[in-house]
Amino acid sequence: MSDTNVQRRQFLKTSVGAAAVAIAPGMLLFDMAHGKSDPVSSKVRWGMLIDTANCADGCNDCVTACNKENGLSGGLSPTDSQWMRKVELKDMRSGRTLALPMMCQHCEEPPCVDVCPTGASFKRADGIVLVDKHLCIGCRYCMMACPYKARSFVHEPLHDQKPDVPRGKGTVESCTMCVHRVDKGQQPACAEACPNKSIMFGNLNDPESEISKKIRTVQSTQIRADLGLNTGIRYQGI
Amino acid sequence: MLKLFALLAALCMCASADATESYGMPKLDIGKGGQCVEEPQWMRKNHMKVLFQQRDETVHQGIRDGKYSLKNCIECHASLRDNSVIGRADSFCEGCHRYEAVKIDCFECHSSKRSSALVQKEH
Repeated sequence: MSDTNVQRRQFLKTSVGAAAVAIAPGMLLFDMAHGKSDPVSSKVRWGMLIDTANCADGCNDCVTACNKENGLSGGLSPTDSQWMRKVELKDMRSGRTLALPMMCQHCEEPPCVDVCPTGASFKRADGIVLVDKHLCIGCRYCMMACPYKARSFVHEPLHDQKPDVPRGKGTVESCTMCVHRVDKGQQPACAEACPNKSIMFGNLNDPESEISKKIRTVQSTQIRADLGLNTGIRYQGI
Repeated sequence: MLKLFALLAALCMCASADATESYGMPKLDIGKGGQCVEEPQWMRKNHMKVLFQQRDETVHQGIRDGKYSLKNCIECHASLRDNSVIGRADSFCEGCHRYEAVKIDCFECHSSKRSSALVQKEH
């Protein structure tokens, strides 16, 4: 190879490098100014690990935070929606009791999505299972299909909904893993509200995330694992 | 002859302009107003299309910074009196929709209130 050719290559390499250095901060600033404009991707799978040993009996802070964040009444009338509930379990033989929060388990293979006739019930690429209420016809098949009784139907007209959480009569709804907060880079309201930090939220697909590391080291269970739904919510200590 | 035509044409235009106003075109309370994301005339014709497209992107793909968001419409155009785009004959959304006799479903689920005002109320 001639000497000129090598020099030419060297020159091209340095100029490309210089251009990258000049452009990169600008692009970074543009992204920051305009927020996240990329669609969510399956590189991320949002999930939670709930430590039932730390979940205090009688504490209802996660449920209260959920209701406040999403504008739910908290059960003033018998037909009101319930996205999250505290369940208390007792082993009759040993007498051991434990409490845990129960909500949509954000399955990888969600039965609610399988049965939906309109495509309203869907799983986002990042693993969050949602209802597109624009498409929901209120047939409630998904409520029948859900093994966790996680979904509610809105029976009565609603007023003063939260701007970030549109809800309306005639549609089915459930825990959204606070998708409007997650998209802003925040944690779901329940995880933030837990006084004992027993709800850990994170990316199950990232081996370096705190939640993945913990799942690797402690024993955790999926509820009704026999159904093979691969839930995004895991429980520790049950 | 040509002059006559021109005169007739001019008269017709005046008449139609008068007629439009006398049909009771709504006078809207445009809230803060200001520079819209598109030309107002274009928005009058096409706002529903862009809102539909963006809502699907937001719900299914989590893209929350598009420029045609309903929340942004409300942020600028909610009345400064009651922070709402519906509820009165001159409300920004309801005024036109009443006049055109087109039902708006949006606000059966979505908040019609300016979100910055709601945040202030909470604190």
